[in-house]
Order: sequence, then C-alpha cells, then structure tokens
Amino acid sequence: MLSKRIIPCLDVRDGRLTKGIKFKENVDIGDPVEAARAYYEQGADEIVFYDITASAEARAIMLDVVKRVAETIFIPFSVGGGIRTVDDMRQVILAGAEKVSVNSEAVKNPGVIRDGARAFGSQCIVLGMDVKKVLASSEIPSGYEMVIHGGRTFTGLDALLWAKEAERLGAGEICLNSIDADGTLDGYELDLTSLISSHVGIPVIASGGAGKPEHLLDVLTRGKADAALIASMVHYRTHTIAEIKNFLHERGVKTRMLW
Amino acid sequence: MIGIVDYRAGNLTSVARALESLNEPCIITNDSRLLDDVSHIIFPGVGAAGAAMANLRESGLDGHLKKWVQNGKPVLGICLGTQVIFESSEEDDTRCLGIVPGVTKRFPADLREGGERLKIPHMGWNRVAFRKDHPVFAGIPGDAEFYFVHSYYPAPADETWAAGWTDYGIRFCSAVARGNLVAVQFHPEKSGRPGLTLLANFCRWGGIDAQ
Repeated sequence: MLSKRIIPCLDVRDGRLTKGIKFKENVDIGDPVEAARAYYEQGADEIVFYDITASAEARAIMLDVVKRVAETIFIPFSVGGGIRTVDDMRQVILAGAEKVSVNSEAVKNPGVIRDGARAFGSQCIVLGMDVKKVLASSEIPSGYEMVIHGGRTFTGLDALLWAKEAERLGAGEICLNSIDADGTLDGYELDLTSLISSHVGIPVIASGGAGKPEHLLDVLTRGKADAALIASMVHYRTHTIAEIKNFLHERGVKTRMLW
Repeated sequence: MIGIVDYRAGNLTSVARALESLNEPCIITNDSRLLDDVSHIIFPGVGAAGAAMANLRESGLDGHLKKWVQNGKPVLGICLGTQVIFESSEEDDTRCLGIVPGVTKRFPADLREGGERLKIPHMGWNRVAFRKDHPVFAGIPGDAEFYFVHSYYPAPADETWAAGWTDYGIRFCSAVARGNLVAVQFHPEKSGRPGLTLLANFCRWGGIDAQ
C-alpha cells in the first residue's frame, strides 16, 4: 500500500525563497537549495518548487536552482510556474526535476498537457488547479470554478470537468489548490478535494489551508487526497515534517516513517 | 567505474547524481566499447517499452546487454530497464530482451485495497519485502520505503528469480536477482537514504549472489 505523501512547497523568486524560512541561525535562510536539503533530511516525501519569477533572465537562475537541488536531494521534486511549452518542460526536466506542473498555461492552452505527456510520459505532468467555490450553475455544475492569475481571473471553467479533461489529455497528477482556503491556516477544502479525488483516476495533492497536523489527517482521510502540500506550518517552524508524520502514523495513516 | 547505459530512455542524470553523491565515478554512454571496460553496469530508464526496445535494437545495445549479463559483470536494472530484461511486455505488446523468463504485465484496471479503488500509475512510496541474504539489499531496514512510478510490473515465470515483493492491490515482484544480475522496479536514486544504500551496495558488489 502506498504511503500518503507530505510535500513542502517552496516559492522561489529570482533564485531566492520568497517566504522567510528559518532553519539555522547561521545558514543563509533564503536559499531554496538549503531549504530543500533541510526538508529532505526532515523526511519530506517530495518537494514542490513554484517559480514566481517574471523575467527571462531569472528563468536561467531557476534552472540553476533546479540543477543544484537535483545534486542535493534524492527524492522526487516538481517545478512549476511559467511553464508554457514542451521546450520549457524539457529544460526543467533535463536540469533534474522529475515533474513539471502547468496551471494557468494549461487553461489557456490545454494541448500543452497532451504534448508534455507524449514527450515525457504522464508521470511527469502535474496539473496545478486554483479553484474557487461559486454558486452551482449550468456552466459550473460542480460549484467550483477554475481561476487563474493567482485567483484574480475567473475562467468560466468548471473545476471537476477540467480535472477530468486534463486526465484525458494525459496529466499524471493533480495539485489542487483552494483559493478560499489558501493562507487561512484553517484547514484544507475537504469537499472540493474529495469531489475531485473520487472522480479522477490519477493522484490528487491537496493544497491550501494547512495550519496544523489535524488538517492533514482530515484531508488524507475524509478528503481522499493522496498527498498534502504544506507551506507556512513548516516554513515558520510551528511544526516539523517528522512531527506531522508521527501524528498521522499514530492515527493509522500510512506514511513513510524511515528516511 | 560505473557505466550507465544511455538508450534515450528518460533522464539518466538522476542516477549519475546519486552515484556522484556516493563518490562513485560513472559515465553515461551508449558506446558499447566503453561499457565493456566498466566494472559495473546500471541499466535505468523511464518511458515506454516499445520505444526503449526500438532504441536498444537500433543501437545494437540489446546484444551487448545480454553479453554483459552472461559474462558475469554486475548489472543493475532500474524501472523500465528492469521491465525490458524480461521476455516481453504487455506495454505496446513488445518483444523484450529475454534475459529473465517471464513477462511485464499491466496492473489490472480495477485494483482495490480495503474497498478503495487504487490509482494507476502506482506512484509514490511503498515497502519492499527483500530476500534477506542478498549483498545488494544488505543494511536496508524492513520498513524502509522506495519511490515507485509505473503502470506495468515484472512477473518472473520462475519465482526463484524474485528477490523482493511489494503490495499494491496485488502482490507483485519489485526486485529480481540471480547471479550477477539485480533489477528493481522502484527508483533507488530517488528513494532517499535506503535507495542510496542499495546503490552503494551495488557499486561494492562483486556480482556473486549469496543464494
């Protein structure tokens, strides 16, 4: 039986972490490679990097970060943010990432999922979804709408239909972020997570809202998620990955306890 | 020197990086003369069996792989590399290398565990019950987990080839070993410390099965 995965998410801008992460007083706290190393050593099952860089020069810096991460940690990691074409994907994969994630780019051009899956295999292609709860309507029957540009733009696309379409196009995994829950630290959006997870045949990573270990327990059981993304709760050192895993393990959730 | 067989099947550099972290010199090459001279061969791979076999035949590496296994050089197959050493694969209905008797099968579509429908590919961390006496698996705790990503699994015709088993709805063979050959379905290069232990053991191994 597979273990449920605990996945820290690191936001990177111009090659530096954007959120303050304090590991050791005398370590450069803004280096994504050092952060990745620390989480790897603490038992992270996988790591997600999100590049929020705008400029073309900084893309090269990100590829260098990816390369250095690949030399440092020996668990899978994915890279998302600004990946628009198969060539963008190839650069990130050749630099050493196992997976690439596409989000707004795929909403605008769904073909990139199919082309990426053909070129590298479905297991490489993660669909990132930013979702907001809305009133159910004929356009949005599930009551969950896809949003892009960090939640500022509504797309008119139903989240459940989009998840199924992306699976059909060849996405190998879904990273499902609730814009409503994101940043609240009040827990994941369980209804959304369970809805998507029970209607697709590919793994779902729940994202948005994690504030304490109970939230991960909820989303990995009632929410039917295969993995849980965490950020603030470990970045600000309110919790450690090992502590979260112990909590889950004691409550009967299978997690990787030895690393 | 460890030789990593390059047959255009996925990103081979992750195996090289793991070996570098263990201070094991390695080369990634499709040149059979260079591979003739290395002490150990790693045969990795990610992708589809059909394309992989086409590349192996076109480059002539298929015959060399059989020769290296027959000549007693320690060989480690990983993931797709493991699947194509069998006689055939259900993926693209592919005739494979035939080094190990048996076939590579697709996971059944309606795989269940405890009432829950299991997702395919089998992707993530899972345990491997290893045959305990093999030098390449030495020092790996029983509850260690390894990283898997696959939709097909090896099914040896003769179960004495099996060296490790994993449960995912069904119990499948996740490691095979005989003589100087070891092949695993998971990715030791992406499995944290237990995976690095396996790779380090392989690099120090003379190619003799303890069985």
